[in-house]
Amino acid sequence: MSTSTVSPPTQRRAPVVRRLDTTQLVYVALLAVIVVGTVLTAMSGRSFFSSGNIASVLTLTSTLGFVAIGQTLVILVGSLDLSVPYVISLASIVGGGVMNGEESMIVPGVLAALGVCAVVGLANGLVVTGLGVHGFIATLGMGLIISGYLASNYQGNYGSAPRSFQLVGITLFGPVPLSTLIMLGCAGVGVLMLNRTRLGHHIYAVGGGREVSRMSGVRTHTPVVAAHVLCSVLAGMAGLLLLSRTSVGSPTIGNQGGYDLMSIAAVVLGGTLLAGGRGSIVGTIGGVAIFAVIDNVMSVMEINSFLQDVVRGLVIVIAVAVYARRAIPRRATRFPDRATAVTIGDTP
Amino acid sequence: MSGIGTADAPATRRDALPEHHGSITRRFLGGLVTPGGAVFVLALVLFAAVVASNPAFGEPDRMVRFLARSAPIAIIAMGQYFVIVAGEFDLSMGAVIATQVVMAGNLIGQDDSRILPVLVAMLAVGVLVGLLNGMATTLLGVPSFIVTLGMMLALSGLVFYLTGGAATGNPTDNFRSIGRSGVEDVPVIDLLPYPLVILVVLAVFAVWLMRRPYGRTLIATGDNPSSAAVSGATVWWVKTRAFILSSMSSTVAGIILVGQAGVHPSVGQGYEFIAITAVVLGGVVLGGGRGWVLSAAAGAIALDLLFTLLNFREVPSTWRDTVQGVIIIAAVALSGRAWRSGNKLPRMLRRPEADPEPPIPPAVPPPATGSQSAGTP
Amino acid sequence: MATRKYLSALAAALAFVVLTACGSTDDSATVEEDSSSQSGTDQKEGESGADSKWFDQATYDEQDEQRDATFEGDPEKPYLQYIDSEMRDTAKFKSSGAKKACFANASISNPWRQTGWITMNQQLKVLQQQKVISEMETRDAKDDDNTQIADIDYFIKEGKCDIFIISPNSTAAMTPAVQRACDTGKPVVVFDRGVETDCATSYIHPIGGFAWGIDTADFLVGNLEKGDKVVALRILPGVDVLENRWAAADKIFEEEGIEAVDYFTGADPAEIKKIISDELAKGDVQGIWMDAGDGAVAAIEAFEDAGADLPVMTGEDEMSFLRKWEETKLTGLAPVYSNFQWRTPLLAAQKIFAGEEVPAEWVLPQVPITEEERSEFLGANEGMPDGHYAKFGGEDLPGYPEVWQKRQMP
Repeated sequence: MSTSTVSPPTQRRAPVVRRLDTTQLVYVALLAVIVVGTVLTAMSGRSFFSSGNIASVLTLTSTLGFVAIGQTLVILVGSLDLSVPYVISLASIVGGGVMNGEESMIVPGVLAALGVCAVVGLANGLVVTGLGVHGFIATLGMGLIISGYLASNYQGNYGSAPRSFQLVGITLFGPVPLSTLIMLGCAGVGVLMLNRTRLGHHIYAVGGGREVSRMSGVRTHTPVVAAHVLCSVLAGMAGLLLLSRTSVGSPTIGNQGGYDLMSIAAVVLGGTLLAGGRGSIVGTIGGVAIFAVIDNVMSVMEINSFLQDVVRGLVIVIAVAVYARRAIPRRATRFPDRATAVTIGDTP
Repeated sequence: MSGIGTADAPATRRDALPEHHGSITRRFLGGLVTPGGAVFVLALVLFAAVVASNPAFGEPDRMVRFLARSAPIAIIAMGQYFVIVAGEFDLSMGAVIATQVVMAGNLIGQDDSRILPVLVAMLAVGVLVGLLNGMATTLLGVPSFIVTLGMMLALSGLVFYLTGGAATGNPTDNFRSIGRSGVEDVPVIDLLPYPLVILVVLAVFAVWLMRRPYGRTLIATGDNPSSAAVSGATVWWVKTRAFILSSMSSTVAGIILVGQAGVHPSVGQGYEFIAITAVVLGGVVLGGGRGWVLSAAAGAIALDLLFTLLNFREVPSTWRDTVQGVIIIAAVALSGRAWRSGNKLPRMLRRPEADPEPPIPPAVPPPATGSQSAGTP
Repeated sequence: MATRKYLSALAAALAFVVLTACGSTDDSATVEEDSSSQSGTDQKEGESGADSKWFDQATYDEQDEQRDATFEGDPEKPYLQYIDSEMRDTAKFKSSGAKKACFANASISNPWRQTGWITMNQQLKVLQQQKVISEMETRDAKDDDNTQIADIDYFIKEGKCDIFIISPNSTAAMTPAVQRACDTGKPVVVFDRGVETDCATSYIHPIGGFAWGIDTADFLVGNLEKGDKVVALRILPGVDVLENRWAAADKIFEEEGIEAVDYFTGADPAEIKKIISDELAKGDVQGIWMDAGDGAVAAIEAFEDAGADLPVMTGEDEMSFLRKWEETKLTGLAPVYSNFQWRTPLLAAQKIFAGEEVPAEWVLPQVPITEEERSEFLGANEGMPDGHYAKFGGEDLPGYPEVWQKRQMP
């Protein structure tokens, strides 16, 4: 059989928009939302870029941001975490209880709260891996267990945060809250972890295909458990932030912000696949920021709170629909100098 | 082509393969071992425990009223089953229930003549919501978790906004009688509540539907959408119909709840998670492809029995959440185990190796004319 | 192996049933928590009655007295009445010109708040016509402490507010934010749920939760006998105003030998019906106590469905309860949490900018609706939706009655 030479097909560079992967698209969307928001805010007689407004927007990103970073890790690994509201409340209770208004007890309080959350995350992870229960059910069940414990043992506020810890929640550097900086710091650590460490790569691997990773020699249980532990610890940080801002521990504070479903929505909005294996924390932060800007603009325009829910619901669905079929987030090529390197995420 | 077993072959007909392995008793017991079957055992055990705590509960008319009270959850559990077995989620059930309840309250008012048109409108809204959910999931490619979450937010926001947060009031008693009254003068139980009748009718319908081609295709689609698509199923329409069934079940539950609970915007809140819990308790695997529709309904009734038991046992209501959490983790863990080990009968129930392999028919020598064999290049 | 799995599944199911049957272990766990809880067979979660964390004898006694106190001001305008007490001097705030009010609202997530919110906006229109208030910017926190703190901080920085009006979501949690608002030097008016600082120019509220509890529990005790059973339906845990009501009522029930058992309902009518029908299945129920009237109709219907005698009942001044109460002619009382308090903050703002004194703690009247008064209130509120509150106090405001009948959200 004669081999015929096949000439390479004519390459046409796809238009710029097509070449963007989802993470970049999220930030384009964020930019668009900010532009629209600025216009609408101006129509209400205010400036979007005033110091107080920016501070308000960034404050809204902090708490949800912590939870969403953790949720990204869990979703990347193919699981879900619905227990975050109760973990947040638990962290604020434990932190407030240990600190009890004493300056000297701040560090033990923080460590105790994060420690308890890590244990919860460990339990979640072990139920998912050891008992083989889907993350949705495992964390839903765990959340209910914690809920019952909180409801039975704590009626109303518990403990308190000392003055200097309260400052964490309200300190601003210009328009930027300290809490946002801490949150971005955690995001940065998370990004480093995902892209540079073995654990990060294993998280992507297990999320992308559990059986294939197992056969490739990856211990599939470790990344899952690690992701759940990190998620719960980050939810704990959100709880401590709330403790700092409200100055008291509360058994119901975690349920007030809709953190479970909104964090999942922010993660998906940021381009992470719900099935796992593809996504980025950077995209998630963009998703959280989009929600924060939209919420802020609607508040400034004094839109009825019920209509705000309608807008939020529509935004979630439409935004995800816009890039649901898009290129998945690009990951750095491992060996760029190899001739046969292929960049994942080239448009189909 | 000349084949084996043509005119010269011995005229033995091999026995046709039996339609089922084992007698009906064996199959029944085998079914009980599966997670889908075990939930019925769980429901019976819980029922026994409830009656032990409160013997009056065992009276037929009490039992029937209890089942009527659980009917809305059992119905939405069946609706959620269709969606979960297709591999999706429906988080908008609570919002659909609230919408239907408020629509009934505001549009019917005290005017009996409006009952029928409003009923039609409510069913139409149910179909529309299901259609939107399904099409956004399949055609737009958005994960169903997100679509139904967005629908939940948008729908409940809209309902609250249009009604100013509170409905005008309860609709006429005639409409509410669907949920509150029933067939009178029935022997033994006195009153056969309409919700129970509706539940039974819908259960029969659901079982019938799952035996139809649609039902088989639904399970196949949930198990492996690509191979179902390649085999000729229109995946998007199959899944969309599942979503329509789900929101229709929420609509029916809403209609019953108007009678049972009255009109209030908070009716139905959180019901989607109860439905998912019931379905999971009934042994249906999240991710789709396995499970029996009646197990979902049985899971809902078992959940309700559990709460009633906790109530009778004076367990503080604040611990109910913890018990519920433990139960659902345990139920899913056990059913996941059972599914993985295959639906094998326990050894004692397996039939003895009575049938050896059917004998291989002796090779028939090809006919004398050999040059006709095909295939030589 | 499959046999083991089959048996283990069954064993697990039985284990759960046994576990749940051992309700006593759970009880002892909670009882151990409180050092001062009473012994006995109380099956209630947490502390109860006089030992409850929410119970404060001094405040209880104070509110008990205030129920019979004289109120200054015109009884035709209950939203301006107050009990004579320490007054705040507002001369430093006196100034002319229309002022901007900034309102940080906890939420409009229940009919009581929605009714009040509509009333407040109509009151705003009157003051705008009088050029007292130029505008009222509102931020809705959707029941989230974190959001409300951000809202207040936003107002402080960007609001260009002349006065802060705050309806706090939670008492302790909102305290730092309210303190920051006070620190700006501008007048601050707090109403409904309070905070743990008295820095506000005026804190407006009806007498309080303990008074509610006393009114309702006394009524039930007066109409029931010792040993009768009362089912208490409570909306949410952890809200001060609600917890105080139950703490007081529970104390009185215990003292008078009434067996009271409480449940959290989330105001879900289906849940309420379930709770009551389960209770009726266990035995007779003679009384119903509610810490908020939302869902009262479902409770009554549960009795009707079970064919049981209607209970002695306390609900609230929500129209649905008043109507059902009249229809069934049961023995009842409608305590009120004075919905007209939503008018007072703006009127207080008017006084503050006029330099008039306002009470530092503005205690409004809180008078339950009795059977005799019921028909009067039903007549006055005839076309109103079921979620409307009879003592909304807005009959003399513009837009009456259409705005409330149509329940137009501003």
